[in-house]
Amino acid sequence: MTLTAPPQAPVRAPAPAPPGPGRRQRVSVRRLLAYLLLIVLSAAVLVPFAWMVSSSLKLDAEVFSVPIQWIPAEFHWDNFGRIWERIPLLTYLRNSIFLSLTITALQVLTGSFAAYGFAKVRFPGRDALFLAYIATIAVPWQAYMVPQYVIMQKAGLVNTHLSLILLQAFSAFGVFLMRQYYLTIPDELSEAARLDGLSEYGIWARIVLPLSKPALASLALLTFVNTWNDYMGPFIYLTDNKLWTIQLGLRSFVGLYDAEYAMIMTGSVLSVLPILVIFLLGQKYFVQGIATSGLK
Amino acid sequence: MTATLPAPARPRRGRSSTWVGWSFILPNFVGFAALTLVPVIASLALSFLDWDSYSSPRWVGLENFDRMIHNETFWTALKNTTYYAVGHVPLTLCAALGFAVLLNQRLRAVQFFRTALFFPYITSLVAVAVVWNMLLSPEVGPVNQFLRAIGIDSPPGWTTSTTWAMPAVILASVWRDLGYYMILYLAGLQTIPAELYEAAQVDGASGWQRFRHITVPSLRPTTFFVLIMLTISSFKVFDLVQVMTEGGPGRSTLVLSQVIFREGITQGRFGYSSAVSMALFVIVLTITVVQFRWQRRSER
Repeated sequence: MTLTAPPQAPVRAPAPAPPGPGRRQRVSVRRLLAYLLLIVLSAAVLVPFAWMVSSSLKLDAEVFSVPIQWIPAEFHWDNFGRIWERIPLLTYLRNSIFLSLTITALQVLTGSFAAYGFAKVRFPGRDALFLAYIATIAVPWQAYMVPQYVIMQKAGLVNTHLSLILLQAFSAFGVFLMRQYYLTIPDELSEAARLDGLSEYGIWARIVLPLSKPALASLALLTFVNTWNDYMGPFIYLTDNKLWTIQLGLRSFVGLYDAEYAMIMTGSVLSVLPILVIFLLGQKYFVQGIATSGLK
Repeated sequence: MTATLPAPARPRRGRSSTWVGWSFILPNFVGFAALTLVPVIASLALSFLDWDSYSSPRWVGLENFDRMIHNETFWTALKNTTYYAVGHVPLTLCAALGFAVLLNQRLRAVQFFRTALFFPYITSLVAVAVVWNMLLSPEVGPVNQFLRAIGIDSPPGWTTSTTWAMPAVILASVWRDLGYYMILYLAGLQTIPAELYEAAQVDGASGWQRFRHITVPSLRPTTFFVLIMLTISSFKVFDLVQVMTEGGPGRSTLVLSQVIFREGITQGRFGYSSAVSMALFVIVLTITVVQFRWQRRSER
């Protein structure tokens, strides 16, 4: 294609301007425009965060000043100290960390283990079983949330952390994501290990797991972030204040003290901060995970 | 490879691999079956029962569905959910595609912009809802201050107004979701061969023509996938509405999943709420199937 193109160019090029410098100029103007557009649009997308952070450092009365003060007249860093006394933030954070870590660990473990069965071991009924996994990903959670609740109620697990752990530790999505990745690992590797006398469990632990670090990382990050940010699950299952997660705590703080605008923004910043740190550490895997699986 | 394997090894491995295969899947399957597969099937059964948390279940056939289609709240919620989807799907799709095309160029700091635009997607919905509620506050909120500054004398009341509450929810949801779909589009854009653009440029195609005749057709599989994912997630919307407006003011932003939640979890009317679940499921399924059909016809 590149071979045939050059002879056509001078004939068809409609631009009357000299091809050399004029064209480069046009390209750089376009680049400049693209930059400008990107900067303006990204700034617009980031404005809510900027406003959140700025408001978290103000007095309540200053949050809604007219015109908007983007930089606080005085930085009230003490907001970040006071909020711990206003709500049991430490309890909420501890609960969120506990749930997110436990669920992530279980999901990565059982998900990657099951994915090996689906990707690397042949047995009758395997594909039908996998289809059942896929099918439930497509069913909206709301469609089976009531029976789930009834099961949990009968088991006496409503208002316990265990209910949320059980509900989210065995996700079909995790199995799906890991299987997709395992399929890209050549079968010859496990075949060779089998001939060398390694058991299937040994192949999983010593060959496939080490090779699938990027997929494990992206599943772990996605699961952690989703669990940390989950609102509906804890909202339905946890009624006891001591068990609440940061999301429930923040929501109730908003409901109870809806005029303490600065404090509410302080809480919001604190609820987003851990995610920002994790995201910046693992953003490569996030993008990879989404681009390869395409699913949430 | 199979030819080099010793013949007797095959049947023995074939027999034992059933057990081995199941042993890998079992730890996950037990949890998955008990808490996902069984509830999915049970939901269908529950919709034919009259059952609250106290009495014993009673078979009522289609009574729940009959009640549902004569219930005004159901239709309001269905209308609102559709309104949300019709706003959220095209806006998010266009925003995601636009940003992806901009970011697919060879520019400096692309990585920074990508990170910045993706970040709203992973921030908690509660924080998102709280911040947007404040930004959209009618009298003193920054958004309305801005609108007044550019000459709009009576800007909308957003979440306090029955007309503007849904657009407010849609605005916040588009802002949140565009980064995720942008990544999907970026992955799609990377598969388009650069030669296509070079050839078009040589033929004198303008930027818009190249976008229209190369980018859009090449991205068709991605667009199809994005469309399906967006539609399904739109019909399931819950968290954002629950925290931003709780379905109000009045019933102006009440959506189907809130009806399921209120009837099932709050009121304990398991049968009726499962019937609404089934309706939601059938709606999502129908739309998905129609989209698949439409996709296949346009491919031919």
